[in-house]
Amino acid sequence: MEVVLALAIGILTGSGVWLLLRPRTFQLVVGLSLLAYAVNLFIFSIGGLAIDKEPILADGVPPDLAHYTDPVPQALVLTAIVISFAMTALLLVIIMASRGMTGTDHVDGTEE
Amino acid sequence: MRALIQGLMPHVMVAPILLPMLSAAVMLLMGEGKRTAKLVLGMSSALLGLAVSAALFAWVDAYGTVAYLPGNWPAPFGITLAVDRLSAGMLVLTWLLGACALCFASARWHRAGIHFHPLFQLQLMGLSGAFLTADVFNLFVFFEILLAASYGLLLHGSGKPRVRAGVHYVAVNLAASSLFLIGVSVIYGVTGTLNMAELSARLSEGQVANRHLIDAGAAILAVAFLAKAAAWPLNFWLVPAYASATPPVAAMFAVLTKVGVYALIRLWTLMFAGGPLAGFGADGLFVFGGVSAVLAALGMLASQRLAVQAAAGVMVSAGTLLAALGLGEEAALGAAVFYLVGSTLASSAFFLLVDLVERWRAGTTVVDEAPFLSATLEAQEVNLDDEEAPLVALPFPASTALMGMAFIACTLLTSGMPPLPTFIGKLGMLSAALGSGGASVPVPPRAWLFTGVLLGCGLLTLIALTRTGIRTFWSEMQRARPRVRTPEGLPLVALLAACGVLTLAAGPTMELARATAKSLYDRSEYIHAVLGAEVRPPATAREARQ
Repeated sequence: MEVVLALAIGILTGSGVWLLLRPRTFQLVVGLSLLAYAVNLFIFSIGGLAIDKEPILADGVPPDLAHYTDPVPQALVLTAIVISFAMTALLLVIIMASRGMTGTDHVDGTEE
Repeated sequence: MRALIQGLMPHVMVAPILLPMLSAAVMLLMGEGKRTAKLVLGMSSALLGLAVSAALFAWVDAYGTVAYLPGNWPAPFGITLAVDRLSAGMLVLTWLLGACALCFASARWHRAGIHFHPLFQLQLMGLSGAFLTADVFNLFVFFEILLAASYGLLLHGSGKPRVRAGVHYVAVNLAASSLFLIGVSVIYGVTGTLNMAELSARLSEGQVANRHLIDAGAAILAVAFLAKAAAWPLNFWLVPAYASATPPVAAMFAVLTKVGVYALIRLWTLMFAGGPLAGFGADGLFVFGGVSAVLAALGMLASQRLAVQAAAGVMVSAGTLLAALGLGEEAALGAAVFYLVGSTLASSAFFLLVDLVERWRAGTTVVDEAPFLSATLEAQEVNLDDEEAPLVALPFPASTALMGMAFIACTLLTSGMPPLPTFIGKLGMLSAALGSGGASVPVPPRAWLFTGVLLGCGLLTLIALTRTGIRTFWSEMQRARPRVRTPEGLPLVALLAACGVLTLAAGPTMELARATAKSLYDRSEYIHAVLGAEVRPPATAREARQ
């Protein structure tokens, strides 16, 4: 499971960075989104991966981290998802404005 | 007054965050018009915030670091706010700049688009939160708040250059935020805490399972902060963004790069100023800081536009601060904090001045108004006036005098000439770097390098700004009288007067800056304040009541 997740994060980050370096604004948005997905998965996995373990205390389970999954990264990833979503929406608005004003979808606002 | 603050502490700590948030909410409910009402509300919020910050500073200076638990959860679990001298000082600086920039904007710039006032308040909220928080993830959230507001403010006024610079600014900051999150989560994964004080305590006790992962996490986090502090090679977004932003916004942005510097100072001293990991990353900070200061000074020399030079001045200041932090010495950090205050005030004043000067230059000149009036006729002193009024020089207008004097002050402040606060700060940093080991120990090469960078940057800045000053104020004689309105002149004078006060009161303020650096390096005060913060009412009392 760890290897699959690590590969997924790696591929997402790699694609994200590559798209981030491309000259078109749409590629920029997709690249930043992929980067955000990779980061979210990374945060989620930082507390350790576990199957069938609860984040909230339950009756009859010893109260230590060996029997629960760490709830903090899940809280963090929720915040990070909301923020990255909002920022992507904001970036889209700016890019639309840039497209309208400069008449090109190049990130520099000019083709040269 | 004292009793009032005493009664309100520590709850008043959260006021610099809540105050702008509530004003922004009220402004949004007002709809798009009603600029005057919004201006009054925003200005009262800014002045009140300034008063609260000053009270917090006085309190912290007298009683030491204070922590506050907004959710009433004990320290490592809930979100904690903490204010020490550095935070309180940054708060005072932020709110002072906020009040000045808002006053300047009230002359005309706040009419350039809608929602200027709520965004401005949210910017102040994000800045205050970033300075107050004692939790790394919460720091990220406040960073995003201030960045989101700054995206909106940067685009205020619209126009092609702003939107173009905005795309770059937003993209770079989003990428840096991703790095921020990766760094935070690596550090959480290794140490199991996000509370800065507990993080520091755990690192200095040596309870670290994997030192290399800590190093990696801290380095990734530092890259995010360096990008916000505009360190080379992550600084190419800054000049177009700051130079195209509307001037009051740019004046506010002068403190935005300092947030990156603040975060580096805070986390570096807490994590690496002592304990088993001491000194990690200092070389990197020194090198990147020095290189960005030199390149920014060269950029200033290469440019002819005043706005670009002002933006480069921000980068020189940030680079100098990073290099001083990289020296890894308490005395250098103390002087750097002093320099930070002086140079931020100067950059802010410079952006305001640039607006006045550029409007004057672009304004109606005699040549524009009269196309027949060529340079040769002017040289022959032909009198084209209908009334044949005698050609007398204009009386020296007060606005020209103000702009000229302000330009001289900004030049001297940006380049760090005596007797202004930036000079005193630089002198302090240099004497800390050169005299650290006493006379018997040879000066390390790093100190010589630092000296070269500081003096070289000062010289380049001075040459660049003097040249621009000559071209702007002396070379073109035929020009309309500059018009400076009171709300525009007032903040400019206030910011420069603050620098003057820093010069006159250099002794006491330098002592404050030294005390700030001392408590930053000591760390135990911060750790005890944060981890020892008590829930109110204490848990036992609450249980007894139930």
